[in-house]
Amino acid sequence: MSEIRSELKYLASHEWARLEEDGTVTVGISDHAQDALGDVVYVETPEVGSTLAAGDEAGVVESVKAASDIYSPISGEVIAVNEALEDAPETVNSSPYDDGWFFRVKPSDVSELEKMLDADAYRAESAE
Amino acid sequence: MGNRTPLYDTHVAMGGKMVDFGGWDMPLHYGSQLEEHNKVRTDAGMFDVSHMTVVDVDGDGARDYLRYLLANDVAKLDGSPGKALYTGMLNEQGGVIDDLIVYLRDPGYRVVVNCATREKDLAWMNKQAEGFDVTLSERPHLAMVAIQGPNALAKAKDVLGIDWISSIDSLKPFQSVARGEWFVARTGYTGEDGLEIMLAGEDAPGFWRALADAGVAPCGLGARDTLRLEAGMNLYGHEMDEETSPLVANMAWTVAWQPEDRNFIGRKPLEQEKAAGVKEKLVGLVLEERGVLRADQPVVVDGSEDRGIITSGTFSPTLGYSIALARVPATVGDSAQVEIRKKLVPVKVVKPCFVRNGKSVI
Repeated sequence: MSEIRSELKYLASHEWARLEEDGTVTVGISDHAQDALGDVVYVETPEVGSTLAAGDEAGVVESVKAASDIYSPISGEVIAVNEALEDAPETVNSSPYDDGWFFRVKPSDVSELEKMLDADAYRAESAE
Repeated sequence: MGNRTPLYDTHVAMGGKMVDFGGWDMPLHYGSQLEEHNKVRTDAGMFDVSHMTVVDVDGDGARDYLRYLLANDVAKLDGSPGKALYTGMLNEQGGVIDDLIVYLRDPGYRVVVNCATREKDLAWMNKQAEGFDVTLSERPHLAMVAIQGPNALAKAKDVLGIDWISSIDSLKPFQSVARGEWFVARTGYTGEDGLEIMLAGEDAPGFWRALADAGVAPCGLGARDTLRLEAGMNLYGHEMDEETSPLVANMAWTVAWQPEDRNFIGRKPLEQEKAAGVKEKLVGLVLEERGVLRADQPVVVDGSEDRGIITSGTFSPTLGYSIALARVPATVGDSAQVEIRKKLVPVKVVKPCFVRNGKSVI
């Protein structure tokens, strides 16, 4: 059974978002998503300094099996990307919610998080 | 629910992630496709390939029939019972209906075709059998286990026991030995040494467990695909199909032109194609920067307006970067560009074989 963390928000396309104490938002993909993809071999993250709108393509995650687009759940400026994934993309498999994060955004409208799925809604969505 | 092989319950019990493959419930992996892949390259792994279709061809007309049905010539097997031959089975237009292995038995022949093409293959084989003194018998009760890797033969011998040791020691590549329902061939689909073993379905679960106890890793279809792609081996429906000639699918070596008076199905259009000059060819592509090549991505080559296409692409676990097979205009040089998500990315063009016996051959 894949892990779904109650403190996170989710998109139906399997990204998660976490509001940090400094007001920034961290984005990654869920345990369910990494399990479905299998061994991750390549991650393309957005550029630091670029501006994303909620719903924009923000990168790609590729496993030995397939490529999957990553969408930004939130609008704002990309202030950091997880450079460790360049050399160790398998971190997405081993630690999807912690060390395997993708990028961090300084949100222009933090209320967009409210439009995302909570853990229960995501659980129902990903069980389908 | 799809079709199930005699090993279905064993896969589930051993943690196999089951997926639909050509109407069969098959294991994709047992946890990590990468680990399974590496195990085959460095030690020994096993695959359930019982979903493949086994057809025995018997009767006085079997040899004549197969010499007409297949682009390669089973006369090459004359006098060598147990020997195997890889070939395409072509349609009247010279397209590939399926690729298969045919073994010379004593008496008769055994043909192993793909599972996804089973129905059209059997229909075609039965239709072409008219006028030949031949009987076709499917062997659906047989299971098939492929054991592959540098330690595959040693570990298989441990399990098969003393009765089989000398038979396997004298088995050359592309040869087989049969005993009762057991049929042991030194063939495979990974670029490693190994065996493909047919046996009665009811014996398969015990054999699989014994191999696992001997240290042979259960491997799924995921690893099977990355291994065959590294080895540059074709997959039906990707590198060739009914619209693709064997001459553009790196299968020219499987077309036996001699003797000239052998009339096999598809010979005429292939001769015309050869005389006119083959327009495309199958090559290997290597992406040395980050990213992954995937099937259906367009390939741009110098000296041609026509685009090529990637037929199979993946991340290569052995090499650590992405590789692909691609059908491209024959004018291709030693580099090309692949369109990945609307960006053109440079790739190296190599012969369509990347890894053999655990080592890079690029």
